[in-house]
Amino acid sequence: MAGLPAVARAQDKVELLFWAWTPDTQTQVDLFQKKYPGISVKLENVGQGPPHYVKLRNAIKAGSGLPDVAQMEFNSIASFKQLGVLADLAPYGVGDVGPKFIDWTWKSVTDNSGKIYAVPWDSGPMGLLYRADVFDKNGLSVPETWDDYAEQAIKLKDKAPGTFMCDFGASDAGWVCAVLWQAGWRPFHLDGTNLKIAINDDIAKKWATYWQKLIDAKAIDVKPMWTTEWFAGLDAGTYASWVTAAWAPVLMQQSMKKSFGQWRAAPMPQWEKGGKITSNWGGSTFAAFTASKHPKEAALFCQFMGADPEASKLWNTKQFLFPVLKDLIDDKELMGHGYDFYGGQKVNEIFAISENQVDPSFEFAPFQDYVNQQLQDEMASAIAGNGTLAQAFDRVQDTVVSYANDQGFTVL
Amino acid sequence: MPTTRASPSSELGAGGRAATAAPARPAARAHRRILVGRKLAPYVFLAPFLLLFAGFLIAPLLYAFQMSLFRETLVGGARFVGLDNYVRAIHDGSFWDGVGRLLQFGLMQIPVMLGLALVFALILDSGLVLARGFFRVAFFIPYAVPGVIAALLWGYLYGPAFGPFSQMSEAMGFGRIDFLSGGGLLPSLANIAVWEYMGYNMIIYYAALQSVPRDLEEASAIDGATPLQHSLRIKLPLIVPTIIVTVIFSIIGTLQLFTEPYLMRNLAPSQINSHYTPNYYAYTLAFTSQQYNYSAAISFALGAVVAVASYGFMLLANRGGRR
Repeated sequence: MAGLPAVARAQDKVELLFWAWTPDTQTQVDLFQKKYPGISVKLENVGQGPPHYVKLRNAIKAGSGLPDVAQMEFNSIASFKQLGVLADLAPYGVGDVGPKFIDWTWKSVTDNSGKIYAVPWDSGPMGLLYRADVFDKNGLSVPETWDDYAEQAIKLKDKAPGTFMCDFGASDAGWVCAVLWQAGWRPFHLDGTNLKIAINDDIAKKWATYWQKLIDAKAIDVKPMWTTEWFAGLDAGTYASWVTAAWAPVLMQQSMKKSFGQWRAAPMPQWEKGGKITSNWGGSTFAAFTASKHPKEAALFCQFMGADPEASKLWNTKQFLFPVLKDLIDDKELMGHGYDFYGGQKVNEIFAISENQVDPSFEFAPFQDYVNQQLQDEMASAIAGNGTLAQAFDRVQDTVVSYANDQGFTVL
Repeated sequence: MPTTRASPSSELGAGGRAATAAPARPAARAHRRILVGRKLAPYVFLAPFLLLFAGFLIAPLLYAFQMSLFRETLVGGARFVGLDNYVRAIHDGSFWDGVGRLLQFGLMQIPVMLGLALVFALILDSGLVLARGFFRVAFFIPYAVPGVIAALLWGYLYGPAFGPFSQMSEAMGFGRIDFLSGGGLLPSLANIAVWEYMGYNMIIYYAALQSVPRDLEEASAIDGATPLQHSLRIKLPLIVPTIIVTVIFSIIGTLQLFTEPYLMRNLAPSQINSHYTPNYYAYTLAFTSQQYNYSAAISFALGAVVAVASYGFMLLANRGGRR
């Protein structure tokens, strides 16, 4: 092999290994292989979310078995960047497609020095899904601000005991971060090895007090999210609304029957009247690893999967992922589809507006999994009666600061 | 019967003799070779086991121990810290929290499980039951169900809105039952473990009871003992060593509890935190917090707790036996 001239080697078929859990991903992989016959891509699904990252970290630790490219959610990029394993895609010209992406998504995958750590794939700008039937029956109005939302919640509780405005989603730290992101919470800022940690700042405290009041008034429920019980609660009208991301409308449509036609979408409630600030929950990117033997092809693959017009449109029309490309967000036909599940409402238009209002200044921790776990543990503990939500944030601050010190960061 | 059995074995013996006799000309050398062969043979036969044992148990243990002496951080890399991780483990409230919880769990679960196992084994052994084979298998089946499936199954049964128990209770006007809330969670988990491992222990007891000589039964019957008295006064004392072994197994199993809380976490996140049991704690330390070294130290600390608990029980049992 080594004795062969370079030309002969270049003709060898390049093989890329790609880990992702999105359904039907093979369709887009096939499109890529058709366009680039010299590169073959092997797609593997090693699990959704945590198992996927555990396997990535194990492979990194073991020093072998890492794929060339992997699905990476926005909130995981900082953590893997910290491990020094994400390949910089800038040298391979990926920067050319940067302007095509919604600004906050592109900012999330790049840094100030011009390095590109991933290519955005899909996103989850936030909005409000609510039950028109429950709202009408109890004379509720669609809330514009969080104060409205709380007011309507109390009203609903008084009119229809046993019905809740929503379920408090604290069992999912992703939800907590997203909703706090909108409130202006900026818990982390990393500069070299100096790490600012402000988890229990005034914004978090105010936010905690807001939800604590609703919990204490029994105007919202505190059941764990994502369980069968929880889905049934949404379907049965026990929960009248859900502050959620752009990928939720399709998910709801797939998992609910009884409430068909009763759901509606509205903009995310604002902290200031007339405000236009939203945030993001979930969404993924394509990231390549420094260990890849074919960084150029890996970068090409990332770019194609994220930015190729045909492939990226398919993500929306086939897999129902919410887009990250300006062209698609502005596509009237794509975003203007009316859904019967939502009484014919063009729900994506609401989320398309939200996508452009996502505050781009949010930064995740370089060990976000740990932070999420602490958030989940302490919020749950507060809900179980151990102090208030505000105190839970104090506890998270303490454990995260000591963890960061332990990991060698200089905590500011 | 005996005659037909004798003939092939004598044939074999003759064949064996013939085989050794033929090449045995330089007698001394052959003799030495046989001696060396005899000494080596056990090791040759043991080799497959020893290799696997060393490769898959001893080596990982040593590796984990070596890991536990270092600390690798996100900034700064790995450095040798000696027993620092262990000192930390000893002072770690989260670790002892889990150990304490499992001791509570064990005190609840082990007596119930082994008590039931013993009762069922005695009933099966007494010959009072029809279709004994059926019951033996039926009780044992839960053990054959993978822990993951068992936890999912019980997760459904415990559901406060859709679980059959809760629905039944609601239909009878008692309202819903939340098996996974505050004080209910530990007994609910204990119930899963009882269901899973009762049959396994029952089989062990049953096997031990089967080996109790039958003539003792005749003797005690002649002396006027009732079947119940025979069970409690004769059979039970004879299988005490087996009971002690199962208790030790149960202590070890309890302290290593992982699957059930791991899977129930989604259903009861407000009760099950990331250090609910020591094993779960070690898991999250390694795979969520990326503290592989400390996780290894916690595993060894748990090993020490298991050893102390088992040894403590053995001492207790021995002292009880001597008295």
